Amino acid sequence: MMKLAHKILNASVLAVALSAAMPAMAGQVLDGVKQRDQLVCGVHTGRAGFAQADGAGKWSGLDVDFCRAVAAAVLGDADKVKYVPTSGQTRITALQSGEIDLLARNTTFNFTRDTSLGLMWAGINFYDGQAFIVKKRPNLTSAKQLDKATICIDAGTSTERNLQDFARNNSLTFKTVVFDNAEASKQAFISGRCHAYTGDYTALAILRATDLPNPADFDLLPEIISKEPVGPAVRRGDEEWFTIVRWVLQAMQGAEELGLTQENIDELAGKSDDIAIKRFTGNGDDIGKSLGLDKKWAYRIVKQVGNYGESFSRNLGDKSPLKLERGLNRLYTDGGLVYPLPLQ
Amino acid sequence: MKEQHEAMDKPPRKPVPVTALLLQAALLIALVGLLGWLAHNAQLNLRERNMAAGFDFLFHDSAGFAIGEGWVPFGEDDTYFQAMLAGAANTLRVALPALLFATMLGLTLGVASLAQNPLIRTLARGLVDLVRNIPLLVQVLLIYIMMTEWLPDAENALRFGGSYLSNGGLILPWGEVEETPFGVTGTHVLSTEWMALVTALTLYAGAFCSEIVRAGIQSVPRGQGEASHALSLTRWQALRLVLIPQGLRVAIPPYTSLMLSTIKNSSLGVAIGYPEIVSVANTSMNQTGRAIECIIVIASVYLIINLLTAFIMAQVNRRVAIKER
Repeated sequence: MMKLAHKILNASVLAVALSAAMPAMAGQVLDGVKQRDQLVCGVHTGRAGFAQADGAGKWSGLDVDFCRAVAAAVLGDADKVKYVPTSGQTRITALQSGEIDLLARNTTFNFTRDTSLGLMWAGINFYDGQAFIVKKRPNLTSAKQLDKATICIDAGTSTERNLQDFARNNSLTFKTVVFDNAEASKQAFISGRCHAYTGDYTALAILRATDLPNPADFDLLPEIISKEPVGPAVRRGDEEWFTIVRWVLQAMQGAEELGLTQENIDELAGKSDDIAIKRFTGNGDDIGKSLGLDKKWAYRIVKQVGNYGESFSRNLGDKSPLKLERGLNRLYTDGGLVYPLPLQ
Repeated sequence: MKEQHEAMDKPPRKPVPVTALLLQAALLIALVGLLGWLAHNAQLNLRERNMAAGFDFLFHDSAGFAIGEGWVPFGEDDTYFQAMLAGAANTLRVALPALLFATMLGLTLGVASLAQNPLIRTLARGLVDLVRNIPLLVQVLLIYIMMTEWLPDAENALRFGGSYLSNGGLILPWGEVEETPFGVTGTHVLSTEWMALVTALTLYAGAFCSEIVRAGIQSVPRGQGEASHALSLTRWQALRLVLIPQGLRVAIPPYTSLMLSTIKNSSLGVAIGYPEIVSVANTSMNQTGRAIECIIVIASVYLIINLLTAFIMAQVNRRVAIKER
């Protein structure tokens, strides 16, 4: 008995000592990732087009591609990623506590989150906005007609506040029902408990295309009531890591602007005289050293994952079952908002 | 005379040895020290990660979200503190009726499970076994889904008297009723979420309560029942006048535990969109990022409600306890 007590005592003293000796996070994320030879990436628990695991446990999606791109740049292999599915409520804590290195999970970049959560957004990988989906009914064509309706919302998102702001600005009253998981909201909406369901436009479009019993019975109302720029976030206090993540995104989008694709990059890397392409593919100035990476990091992203446009079309666009328009997510040269920073 | 009596009841206490006192004091100091160390660590780590900390947001920041229903009026300009109050009130709003109904159900089922009629007895015990052995969360979800799927939409609400029943809830006959493009609404509505949660908690707690009642009645010595019979009391009279009053005394302590767990179980409302304290605190947590603070608020709300309940029940118990003379 005494022996057991001693053992427990020793173990707990050891545990306390260990937790006290844990090093501070600042500047350590890249080293940690390299040391374990794996990137730990927080993603959605399952949203078609952004992050979804198939039957064999293989993840795909726009956010998943971003995780893969970071792994390709930092570790040389896009497959060296461990995906941690996070809910709307656990995602912030998972990143704050250091459980994940990077959060790529449809997370809106706004003032409060950027300034008070101890996180930093490394950029925007998708431009979205909040919208409403309703069961078709005659004469219901605008969200402003939803006065006195009951509206379903998922907990843990910026949607609740946006909805309230929209109601106030238009002198509407809503009755809200907040569910802690999207499945429950969906069930309540389909059963008719809620007259409308509000969330990101893309998420609702995907819901209608893939999950609702008869898509033609549902309408997406035209009002987009908020701006939802979503993108990858990292912890504050490690600018080195932040910069890497930011430039991985810029490189993915920049590759599209340069016309570099998974297929043609080897060919163009060999023969193009374009200075920008030479630099990008690691045949010109060293773009790796100042990031703590090698010269070929950007090349590997495109080679292993593809450019932003390829990733979009494979996961959300014309080559996916979802067939979403690129809309605001086109390059600025095509009338969209994606404006890659110059990689020089 | 009285003093002598007490003196006979309680033997004089042995003095506590000094070493034991010292040991206990040391343990207390160690415990307080450990808690302080943990709190200090949390504070340091939060600061290191540039995370805002503290409870100031409760009183200074406006919550900006809506709470679907409740006793406490809550507008979007109100602070997080008021949001938490509304959430706590909603917890009580579901726990109190559930406890009341569960007690009534428990008494009925408990007595029925001792009935001489085998049909009543088997039915009562069957229901208790069914409800007691399915996880509460499953029952909450099941009842909620049945209500939302099977009841008609608000446009085709069932009407009886002045009240309307639909999958949006039950509109009570007092208060105003209004026709909207989305069906009827009223000033006094019991939402579907509230009804589903109260029903599930009532059934679940009622099943446990019936076992407590049954055990209580069976704890009364057999002779009491036989004596009642000998006095030519009917079975019902014997139950009402002799067995239940004595049995309930035994039942109070486990019944108190049941009350406490039922209050805590009301947190499952978060799964079906009922805005109780956990749901409200979750939303606040997400908007402000103050996870530790919001969890502390949740814990405090349950702690306060349950300590109050336990205190009241201790008074009740003292009054009804069998006094050995």
